[in-house]
Amino acid sequence: GPLSERPLMEVRLGELHTWLSTCSFSAQGLLGAVQRAWSSYCAKYIHVKQGGPAGISMLLAGYCLLSYGWNYQHFSKASSFRNSS
Amino acid sequence: VLHTTRPLHTTQQSLAPVPPLPEKGGEVRHGLIPEEFFQFLYPKTGVTGPYMLGTGLLLYLLSKEIYVVNHETAAAACILTVIVYAIKKFGPNVAAFADKLNEEKMASALAMKNDTIQTLQTAIEEEKKEQWRAEGRSYLFDAKRNNIAMLLEANYRERLLTVYNEVKKRLDYQVALQNLKRQKEQDHMIQWVEKNVVQSITPQQQKESIAKCILDLKALSKSAHAAV
Repeated sequence: GPLSERPLMEVRLGELHTWLSTCSFSAQGLLGAVQRAWSSYCAKYIHVKQGGPAGISMLLAGYCLLSYGWNYQHFSKASSFRNSS
Repeated sequence: VLHTTRPLHTTQQSLAPVPPLPEKGGEVRHGLIPEEFFQFLYPKTGVTGPYMLGTGLLLYLLSKEIYVVNHETAAAACILTVIVYAIKKFGPNVAAFADKLNEEKMASALAMKNDTIQTLQTAIEEEKKEQWRAEGRSYLFDAKRNNIAMLLEANYRERLLTVYNEVKKRLDYQVALQNLKRQKEQDHMIQWVEKNVVQSITPQQQKESIAKCILDLKALSKSAHAAV
């Protein structure tokens, strides 16, 4: 299909720049994008007859990574203090 | 869980009933990385590509101290071991239990649907039977008409009988009256004749008749003696 309607996974690397220019960065557009991403994730991994631990574990892993990223300053400071002393 | 996020009625022809859920979700390897990643790297790096990428990334993070090893790392390792062990041990049991619950729900819903269908079927048959019964109402009216005709006939004959009886009673009365009258006249006449005859017999005539009877008797006795 046309470039602006394709989801992110089907956009080639060369067309990434143009694709970014076509998508809307308004509040509604961003919210819609978040909604679509969440609904596609749910439909693929959670709303199935026989889901496993994969659905929630990926969410938890993502949460772990995010929290580590947010607290990186604290970790690096603590490790530098411990390593030096 | 109400699947509000699934798009419904997106096409002109709305899909009713709602399509069922897919059997299995997206493939995930080691519980963390979707299979698409491995497939994405397969043409360029073969089977071991993603694993080499993962190991290299891990070593880079550790050596550059982007991932700091502290007490939380040990805690995370212990927790992860416990979680993996629990999932490996109790996973199938929990899955079977959940499946059983789902099956029960489905079975009850299906049973309800079948029951409703059955009741509607019986209702349809009952309705057809009622329609067939309604066709016979002409016979019903004929029977009623016959009943009424019979009642009228019976009533008419009853009244006929009453009339006959009444007329007969009156005629009998007249006949009895006439008979009685004749009887009374006869009796009265007989009595009157007897009374007059008795009155007409004067005492002298009585004596003469008695003497005559005695003479007759004597003559008779004589003739009888002579015969013997």
